[in-house]
Amino acid sequence: MTETLMISIYVFVLAAFVGFEVISKVPPLLHTPLMSGSNAISGITVVGSLIAAGEGHGGLSVILGMIAVIFAMINVVGGFMVTDRMLGMFKQDTSKPKQIKKAE
Amino acid sequence: MKELIYLAYLVSAVLFIMGLKLLSSPKTARRGNLLGALGMLIAIVVTLLDKAIIDFTFILIGLIVGGGIGLLLAKRVQMTAMPQMVGLLNGFGGGASTLVAFAEYMRLSGDASLTVWTGANVSYDVLATLVLSLLIGTVTFTGSLIAFAKLQGIMRGAPILYTMQKQINAAMLLGAIVLGVLFVLDPSLWLFLIIIIAIAAILGVTSVIPIGGADMPVVISLLNSYSGLAAAMTGFVLSNNALIITGTLVGASGFILTSIMCKAMNRSLGNVLFAGVGVDYTAGATTATEQRTVVRYTPEDAAFMLENAQSVIIVPGYGLAVAQAQHVLQELASLLISRGATVRYAIHPVAGRMPGHMNVLLAEANVPYDLLLEMDQINDDFQNTDVALIIGANDVVNPAARTKKESPLYGMPILNVDYARTTMVVKRSLNPGFAGEDNDLFYEKKTMMVFGDAKSVVTNLVQVLKK
Repeated sequence: MTETLMISIYVFVLAAFVGFEVISKVPPLLHTPLMSGSNAISGITVVGSLIAAGEGHGGLSVILGMIAVIFAMINVVGGFMVTDRMLGMFKQDTSKPKQIKKAE
Repeated sequence: MKELIYLAYLVSAVLFIMGLKLLSSPKTARRGNLLGALGMLIAIVVTLLDKAIIDFTFILIGLIVGGGIGLLLAKRVQMTAMPQMVGLLNGFGGGASTLVAFAEYMRLSGDASLTVWTGANVSYDVLATLVLSLLIGTVTFTGSLIAFAKLQGIMRGAPILYTMQKQINAAMLLGAIVLGVLFVLDPSLWLFLIIIIAIAAILGVTSVIPIGGADMPVVISLLNSYSGLAAAMTGFVLSNNALIITGTLVGASGFILTSIMCKAMNRSLGNVLFAGVGVDYTAGATTATEQRTVVRYTPEDAAFMLENAQSVIIVPGYGLAVAQAQHVLQELASLLISRGATVRYAIHPVAGRMPGHMNVLLAEANVPYDLLLEMDQINDDFQNTDVALIIGANDVVNPAARTKKESPLYGMPILNVDYARTTMVVKRSLNPGFAGEDNDLFYEKKTMMVFGDAKSVVTNLVQVLKK
C-alpha cells in the first residue's frame, strides 16, 4: 500500500465524518436545496476534467476531457444557480410572528 | 507553486464545508451556497494555473458550452420539475467522473492508440479506484437519465419488472467486479474497461426501471450519493484530496437523505440498494371495491367549516403540486389567518418527488417557512386542531399504517390527521394512492370529502370565503 493511498484513505474517512456531522444538521425544510447544492459541488470533477482537456496531446483523451468539462460545468453552474434561485424564495413570516409562537 | 495549489484546494474544501454548515438555517443558507460557489471558482482558477495544462482551447470551449447550458437550465426550470433537474445534474456529474477516469487511463497507458501499454508502474490502488470511478460514474449517468425520463414523463412512471431482475443485476455487478480485478492485475486489458463501462451503463438502467414514480425521492437521493462517490473515486485516481473531500461530502449527504427517505417510506436501505424498491408495492395493488359510503360535501359546506375553525393544519401532497394549486392555497391560508385562525402546514418527509420538495413548492407560493412544520413537530398538535385540511395527499395520512399488519403501508410514519376534530379531504376520486391501500379515513364520520381538482376546489373555497 502506497503512502499516497494511505493519506487519501485518511482524508476520505475524515471527510465522511465531517459530512455526516454537518449534513445531519440541515433541517428537512432545506433538503431540496441541500441536494442541488451538494450536487453542484460534486461537479468538482471539473478539476480533473480541466487537466485532461488541457493536455494538448493524444487527441481522444483531450476530446473526452472537453466533454467532461462540459458535463461538469453544467452540473456546477446549473446546481449553484438553481440552488440560489430556490433559497431566494424561502421567506420568513414577518406579519404575525407572535401568533405562531403561541400556537406552537 | 505546487504547494500553493494544494493550499488553494484546501481553501475551497473548507469553503464547501462552511457552505454546507450554513445550510442548517434558511436565514444563512443562501450565503452558504455562495460560499460553495466561491470555493468552486477558486478550485477552477487554481487548476487553470496548473503547469500540466498546456492548451486552453478545449478548456475554453468546455467552460463556455457547459456553463451556458447550466445557466439556461437553472433559469428555465420550473419548481415542480426540480426533481428531474437534480436527477439530470447528478447524471452529468457521474458522466464527467467516468470521462475523466477514462482520459486518465489513456494518459497512464502512455500510448494514444491504447494497443500498447507503455505506462510505467501504476500502482494497484490507482487502477482499482479507476475501475470504481468508471463503474459508479456510469451507473450514475444512465440511472439518472432513466430517473429523468420517468419524472419528465418521457418514460412511463410505473415500475418495469421482469423475472430474476435482482439476480441478473447482482450477476452483472459481480461480472464487472471480476473484470475489474483482472484489469487491475494486467492494466493493458483496456477492452475490459470498455466492457465494464457497458455493463455499468446497463446496470444503471436496470436498477432504476423497477422503481415507481412515487418512490423517486429514494432514487434521486441515492443517485446524489453515487455522483459524490464517483467524484471521490476520481479523486483517488488523480491523488487529488480536494476531489476526495468534496465527493465524500456529497456522498454522505446523499446517503443521509436516502436513509431519511427510507425511514419515511418504511423501507430498509438494503432493500433499496439491491434495487427492490417498489416491487413489493405493486403486488399489493388491489382494487378497492368495498361497498362503503362516504359523505360528499360541497365547497360551500367546507368553507363554512373553515370559517368557524380556530385552528387549521393544512396537509399538502403531490396532487397539490400537480394541480399547481399552491398559490391559491396560500391565498386561502392568508384569508383564514386574517380572520384570526391559526393556520400551519404539516409536511410529511416524502411529500413531493424529492426530499424537501414540498417546502420549495410552498416557498415559491410565498408561504413563509416558519409556517411549514415537520411531521415530528406537529403530529401531537392534530388533537387540538379544529380542521385538518388534506389536499392531494393520501398514503401519508392513511391510518392503515398504524393498524393493518398486512398492509404495505404498515409501520410507515404518518401524519395523525384523524386525531383532528374534523378532517377535510380534497381529492379527485376515491382511488387508492400509490400503495394501493384503500384509505379508511375517507369513510370516517368526521371526514368531509370534497371531490375535485385541488386548484378548482381551493379557488372555490377562496371565492366563498371572500363573500
